[in-house]
Amino acid sequence: MPLSSRLIDVAGGRARVRVYEGGEGPPLLFLHGAGGLMREDPFLAALASRYRVHAPLLPGYEDSTGEDRLRTMLDIALHACDVREALGLDKPLVCGLSMGGMIAAEMAALAPNDIDRLCLVASAGLWLDEHPLPDLFALLPQELPGYLFHDVERGKKLMAPGGDMNDMKFLAEFMVMNARRLGMAGKMLFPIPDRGLSDRLYRIKARTLIVWGENDRLIPLPYAEAFRAAIAGARVVTVPQAGHLVGHEKPDAVLRALATLN
Amino acid sequence: MKFTWFHLMPWPHLPDDFREKHRSVWVDIPTTLYEPRRGHHVYNEYLDQLEFAETMGFDALGVNEHHANAYGLMPSPNLMAAALARRTSKAAIMVLGDSIALYNPPIRVAEEFAMLDVLTGGRLVAGFPVGTSMDTNYAYGQIPALTREKYAEAHALIMKAWREDEPFAFNGRYTQLRYVNCWPKPVQRPRPPVFIPGGGSLETYDFCLEFDYTYCYLSYSGYLRAKQLMEGYWERVAKSGKDDSPYRGGFAQVICVAETDAEAERLYAPHVHYFYNRCLHVYPGFADAPGYRTIKTLQANALTQLSQAQLRNYPTLTWRDLVDQGYVIAGSPQTVHDRMVDLARTLRVGNIFGLFQVGNMPADKVRHSTQLFAEKVMPRLKAEMFPEWKNEDRFWIKPMQESERRMAAE
Repeated sequence: MPLSSRLIDVAGGRARVRVYEGGEGPPLLFLHGAGGLMREDPFLAALASRYRVHAPLLPGYEDSTGEDRLRTMLDIALHACDVREALGLDKPLVCGLSMGGMIAAEMAALAPNDIDRLCLVASAGLWLDEHPLPDLFALLPQELPGYLFHDVERGKKLMAPGGDMNDMKFLAEFMVMNARRLGMAGKMLFPIPDRGLSDRLYRIKARTLIVWGENDRLIPLPYAEAFRAAIAGARVVTVPQAGHLVGHEKPDAVLRALATLN
Repeated sequence: MKFTWFHLMPWPHLPDDFREKHRSVWVDIPTTLYEPRRGHHVYNEYLDQLEFAETMGFDALGVNEHHANAYGLMPSPNLMAAALARRTSKAAIMVLGDSIALYNPPIRVAEEFAMLDVLTGGRLVAGFPVGTSMDTNYAYGQIPALTREKYAEAHALIMKAWREDEPFAFNGRYTQLRYVNCWPKPVQRPRPPVFIPGGGSLETYDFCLEFDYTYCYLSYSGYLRAKQLMEGYWERVAKSGKDDSPYRGGFAQVICVAETDAEAERLYAPHVHYFYNRCLHVYPGFADAPGYRTIKTLQANALTQLSQAQLRNYPTLTWRDLVDQGYVIAGSPQTVHDRMVDLARTLRVGNIFGLFQVGNMPADKVRHSTQLFAEKVMPRLKAEMFPEWKNEDRFWIKPMQESERRMAAE
């Protein structure tokens, strides 16, 4: 079923947030990665086949605004808590992808009694010296699919920008949009995507599932184990033949893993 | 007009196959390409050139700040300015400048600039660049979307530190100091002249106008392409109600002078090509971190920047292209004079930052070009250009009288 969207006021109008919603089932709060949501996002569509999905866009993404007041990880985690509250969601399953996983983990550490089920998909937020991550902010747009997908050719099609990159006007608009999104993402991920989360993970009380693509070239598999070791009772599910965007490449496998949290 | 002899201090020993073997002259260029023992000679030769420029009558000697690169070897321009302070006595020392968002706490810049101003008897021009994205974000790790806010806060702190006579508390978002107490204070009161390098953002135009700072456009694409940008600046000046003194503006230009136009090509072309093809070989992924430019600026300039980026295909440019399209002003003294007049009129800039040492140009050629410009071009430009503003002194240094000053002992 297609998702609908609406703009909501958050934190007394300090932010305006676009939320995509759809599906029937238990409530699920989805926090997107640094790339935002794709047009007809396949991961989101899959989640909406089992859950009532609420996917807010971070300020700086599409027409969500209020990013100037979000400077630090604490600002952003509290913003996410404000969004949950504005949506009136009581103990939803919180599922975060990559950068969204970092925010979800921060929320669950900050307010451990408010979040009882957490799914971290290829989550950012940690740094292992033995496994340095590629610099997302120095990659050229055409290099991205190689880092995000197991099946790079299929990934390229999924990520097609929805316009003609040889058309200067489209390209200029794309540049502005991209700078706004990644400018916001940089507040969490630049130059190194570590804002001290590892010191706070012990606070998480939620039943936690960690899902990872076995062929993740952006945040490789050892990071799944690092999250598992730091969160009490957390379980890891790895998905073969999937890259960083495991939910886009293998949505059924991710849904099966998620079902264990019900 | 005011002429600054500006040095980038490039590494002149990059191999011929540098472009093919390495993706960038900045950020991730391997240090194996640097040789400290040769570097010793390079630094000292470059400082000799700056000192020579003072003897040739240049108004200012210019240095600037870059990091993790072979394009400009001055991570600390203040060290070079200090080296020049004791060996010069007339020229302004133009530090263009300290990237104030990179100093923690930024009071360090207020102190070091004050030291330089005192040491030189009031000859410092204080430059406050945001810094390139390569320097500020990639090499120095500043969060791109917060860089400008941090810069603005650092600026406010430095200016207040110079202005106030009593210690004060500074409660910033990025810097908190219980006691701000700038010892020493600069000789020039309330502050040295301030020059701001900019790349066409409206915020920077307004910032310069608000405080009467000189706006400087440092581009290597030449004055013909800079026309649109500087026109935008002067429109903003007119709207602000401020006067249109040409000394509110500055422009950097590669200048090569020889006896004849043909001789200029023979002498300088290889070094100019070295500069455009090796020193400016920056990996596009390092050019502009997302968030570094404001959305307002991007929206205003995205199309222009895209079309300029496409023109920046330096390897395809011949000497004739570079000269005809104004990237480089080169030729006989008469040719250079005529183009400089055209530049100054087109952009309405009273300040020129002349790049005479370019790429791997050796010292003898640097001196030859510098001397011809100083003797045969500069005096004519000074006499001819902007006569109605000849008493303008608001944007320039106000040193101590020579009789009051202590020179370095022989």
